[in-house]
Amino acid sequence: MKTMKTLLDPCCGRCTHTPETPCRDYVRCQTEGPLCHDDPACRMERERLLRELKTEVGSQKQAVLFCTGTGCASSGSNKLIEIMDAEIKKAGLDVSVSTRPTGCHGFCEQGPIVIIEPAKTFYTRVKAEDIPEIVAKDLVGGERVEHLLYVDPTTGQAATTYANAPFYAKQHRIVLHNCGHINPERIEDYFAQDGYRGFAHALQDMKPDEVIEEVKRSGLRGRGGAGFPTGLKWGLCRQSAGDKKYIICNADEGDPGAFMDRSVLEGDPHSVLEGMMIAAYAIGADEGYIYCRAEYPLAIKRLEIAIKQAEEVGLLGDNILASGFNFRIYIKAGAGAFVCGEETALIASIEGKRGMPKVRPPFPAQQGLWGKPTNNNNVETYSNVPHIFRHGADWYAGFGTEKSKGTKIFALTGKVNNTGLVEVPMGMSLREIIFDIGGGILGGKKFKAVQIGGPSGGCLPESLLDLPVDYDTLVQAGAMVGSGGLVVLDETTCMVDIARYFLNFTQKESCGKCTPCREGTKRMLEILVRITNGEGKEEDIETLEKLAGVVKSTSLCGLGQTAPNPVLATLKYFRHEYEAHIRDKQCPAHACSALLTYTIDEEKCKKCGLCAKNCPVKCITGDKNTPYRIDASACIKCGTCMEKCKFGAVVRA
Amino acid sequence: MEWLTLTIDGRTVSVPKGTTVLQACRMNNIPIPTLCHDPELTATGSCRLCIVDIEGMRNLPPSCVTQATQGMVVRTQTEKVRDARKTILELLVANHPLDCMTCQKMGSCDLAKYAYEYQVTGEAFAGGERRHLPIDDSNPFILRDPNKCILCGKCIRACEEVQGRGVLDFSHRGFNTQVGPAFDLPYAESECVFCGSCVSVCPVGALTEKQMAGQGRPWEVKKVQTTCPFCGTGCNFDLNVKDGKVIGVTSNPEAPVNGRALCVKGRFGMDMIHSPNRLTTPLIKKDGEFVEASWDEALSLVAEKLGEIKAQYGADSIAALSSARCTNEENYLMQKFMRAVIGSNNVDHCART
Ligand SMILES: Cc1cc2nc3c(=O)[nH]c(=O)nc-3n(C[C@H](O)[C@H](O)[C@H](O)COP(=O)(O)O)c2cc1C
Ligand code: SF4
Ligand code: SF4
Ligand code: SF4
Ligand code: SF4
Ligand code: SF4
Ligand code: SF4
Ligand code: FES
Repeated sequence: MKTMKTLLDPCCGRCTHTPETPCRDYVRCQTEGPLCHDDPACRMERERLLRELKTEVGSQKQAVLFCTGTGCASSGSNKLIEIMDAEIKKAGLDVSVSTRPTGCHGFCEQGPIVIIEPAKTFYTRVKAEDIPEIVAKDLVGGERVEHLLYVDPTTGQAATTYANAPFYAKQHRIVLHNCGHINPERIEDYFAQDGYRGFAHALQDMKPDEVIEEVKRSGLRGRGGAGFPTGLKWGLCRQSAGDKKYIICNADEGDPGAFMDRSVLEGDPHSVLEGMMIAAYAIGADEGYIYCRAEYPLAIKRLEIAIKQAEEVGLLGDNILASGFNFRIYIKAGAGAFVCGEETALIASIEGKRGMPKVRPPFPAQQGLWGKPTNNNNVETYSNVPHIFRHGADWYAGFGTEKSKGTKIFALTGKVNNTGLVEVPMGMSLREIIFDIGGGILGGKKFKAVQIGGPSGGCLPESLLDLPVDYDTLVQAGAMVGSGGLVVLDETTCMVDIARYFLNFTQKESCGKCTPCREGTKRMLEILVRITNGEGKEEDIETLEKLAGVVKSTSLCGLGQTAPNPVLATLKYFRHEYEAHIRDKQCPAHACSALLTYTIDEEKCKKCGLCAKNCPVKCITGDKNTPYRIDASACIKCGTCMEKCKFGAVVRA
Repeated sequence: MEWLTLTIDGRTVSVPKGTTVLQACRMNNIPIPTLCHDPELTATGSCRLCIVDIEGMRNLPPSCVTQATQGMVVRTQTEKVRDARKTILELLVANHPLDCMTCQKMGSCDLAKYAYEYQVTGEAFAGGERRHLPIDDSNPFILRDPNKCILCGKCIRACEEVQGRGVLDFSHRGFNTQVGPAFDLPYAESECVFCGSCVSVCPVGALTEKQMAGQGRPWEVKKVQTTCPFCGTGCNFDLNVKDGKVIGVTSNPEAPVNGRALCVKGRFGMDMIHSPNRLTTPLIKKDGEFVEASWDEALSLVAEKLGEIKAQYGADSIAALSSARCTNEENYLMQKFMRAVIGSNNVDHCART
């Protein structure tokens, strides 16, 4: 009998499915087939292929998984696959071991990451020269290569599998479930993980209104920033009159430091397509756009592959699964303006206009792309949806808090031991995320604050570390979930400088349309620059607060309405730092170089002269008989003298 | 028509459904400052000066793009609203050359008007960065000073929606945002046809009529409504007359045919009135030289010659070509004259060829 090469091949001549003659059971048939005829041979073939795709515990075959997300790929993971393939061949293991490129694990700082399945062995920072050792010791010998295992920086313990690395142990990966495990360029890998089952179920067993009801019941809220209830949004678009409607997936991801959408697109693109397909069916749309920033070439490539594969098996196109439902998806590459992530600007950009926000109402659900009712959701929002339809709204609503359901991916960065993408149930405390998953503060320093929600968010102090992370609690505290940026700041970070950093970003990215945002953020930034330069004036705080109020309450779009948040939050929780800069001309974190002074403590100074020798501007004078002194007017505050002095005699204030 | 009742500053007013809060205020003589709003252009709600306080709304919504609803409670002069408007004006002025003394717009400048009303002195944010962009002096008609531009976007919309040219748009981002032709080209090198629609809507001195620079202040000028002599369209506009001299043209939104739209000839061609080269009497060539003549003399000569030609060669030897500058009525008279008086069907018109 003829064997199937891939899961996508018909098991025998009795399979009739093609995009032109669709079979309504096609999706279920992938994992449970054959369904239209009963033939043990066909079943065995399918099961064999499924086992290979899933490499479950007990499987005889091993798979070596290489992360090929943007992070690991840039540290050479694609080359590693080639070397591994050659080594496997050399060792004669090619029947029992296969390699698999995957998407991102979210732990990019440890990359390139290599996983051995089914044992779940987790190797980090793998280099080309480690490959022969992995083959000899692990694949042949069945032993772990100890020096490649991940070691927890706080406990010093090595994690034997990814599941027991502290970084992963407390996470709950729903959206990221497939990322790092399946080959994102093969639709059959997605099928093997019950892919498109949610869509098939919605399409065939539910009416559009029931689909919307189900999303409402799940409690899913938009992951693009504002947390608008997704089911409600779909319902509004469905109710809008008109027979032409559009679906948009917002993959513009412009927040500095955020890369969860990129990871999902690179690691599990079909989950996004499936979410869009369910939305399109619910709303009555027949065309969809993915607006993806051009800086994400790998995401665009994987989306293109995924769309093509979905078309080839008849999941996109006409008469999908013999249901009469038609849907097509196009990709639009955005040119990288942050404001194009705002939905009305995004729509203008797809239409070929300058990406500038428009007044709402009319909302896109009423008049969106080309004036037609349009539903726009974020990448992560869409990729939650298939899970709701695979496992049910009640299952989904079991995660999270009363008003914020499910999980959220955060991009954990800054002064924390483990940085990367973490997916946790809504409502987890900041402390758990930063200290348990993040492994605490880098270098044993003291925690100072955490900036949540990117440039629209705010800084929260230590006293709020036990705050549950959900939409409403964070807004109340003066921050926001936003796209999920979490920047951890330690005692060496100046809070005025942080506010300046974020405002500098929003100020530059303002589209310039409305006066308060265009002119107001500029003046706020000028004040912050002045303060950090030690030229702050007594009335500056008051002026900042007044401007912040006007910019927030009168700006046209979300960019301006949230731009003052980092300033307001730092003023709320760290006002004393502003006052120290302005009144005492001091930066409590010793971060603002304009406010530092270096002096030499004559008691401690042993007159070794090392500082004077190393000072780049030669502003330290002294010798064996005269005390060493720094000429403050010439000092450029580089800190070299302090670094070099062995006796701690150089004092910074 | 469905009517809505709302409360504005404590007054109960009724307006038809579909009215914006700004329209509702204006219908009831409640003043609201606006810079980017224009009843003839798409509302963009971008200057944010028209903000008001509406009960139940989180922020201060711009009245020009907020629909009035039944039972809405609007306050237009609360301290918060006035303070925010003042701050917005201060922000505009902080990035604006205070050249009012020499600015052609002084006297009809909306920014200056509101700055006065809200007592904005230009002291707030003093010392901050300002634009220093080159002035576009590339053409004889429109003087563009981008440093005075408040980025209201009205010129963009006028060019796109009234003139159908789409020459202008925003460029750059944030504080560096500008308005102008593509690639920051000067007007002369762009696709501009110098209709001046953009000038007619500019609320400040960023776009002004070059010919009028230094010629007269709005309060010194008498506006004389007239019909354009250049073509038969019949556009109306106001001649700006100072000391008995026409210094330029401004369009008049009330003009029945054209509103504020004009073409380059109508808006910028009226300097011909005082041209020394202008013919003020008919000329008759005598002995190879043109000599001034009276209308009676000239008309008699024409009648006499036409009569002679008709007698000698027949009516068919005479044809008349009329001008697009004439009105329909004048053209009608011309063909009637040819057919009934001369007896010829040889009539034609320059716009037909
Ligand atoms: C300045 C600005 C930038 C934004 N950038 C993004 C973005 O990069 N990705 C995104 O999904 N939403 C972004 N949004 C939010 C979108 O406007 C929109 O609310 C969101 O895509 C809706 O999807 P959701 O309901 O699934 O959250 C941005 C909003 C603003 C105001
Ligand atoms: S708030 Fe800022 S980004 Fe938004 S429309 Fe106004 S100027 Fe543009
Ligand atoms: S801080 Fe740098 S410049 Fe200043 S005294 Fe020390 S070494 Fe010299
Ligand atoms: S545009 Fe108005 S405010 Fe500006 S200089 Fe001219 S008159 Fe003064
Ligand atoms: S003069 Fe007319 S064509 Fe030229 S930019 Fe202004 S509106 Fe457009
Ligand atoms: S040139 Fe005048 S009309 Fe055009 S945007 Fe600037 S201020 Fe507005
Ligand atoms: S010449 Fe121009 S302005 Fe004058 S009537 Fe004709 S179209 Fe109007
Ligand atoms: S007039 Fe309403 S925003 Fe400008």
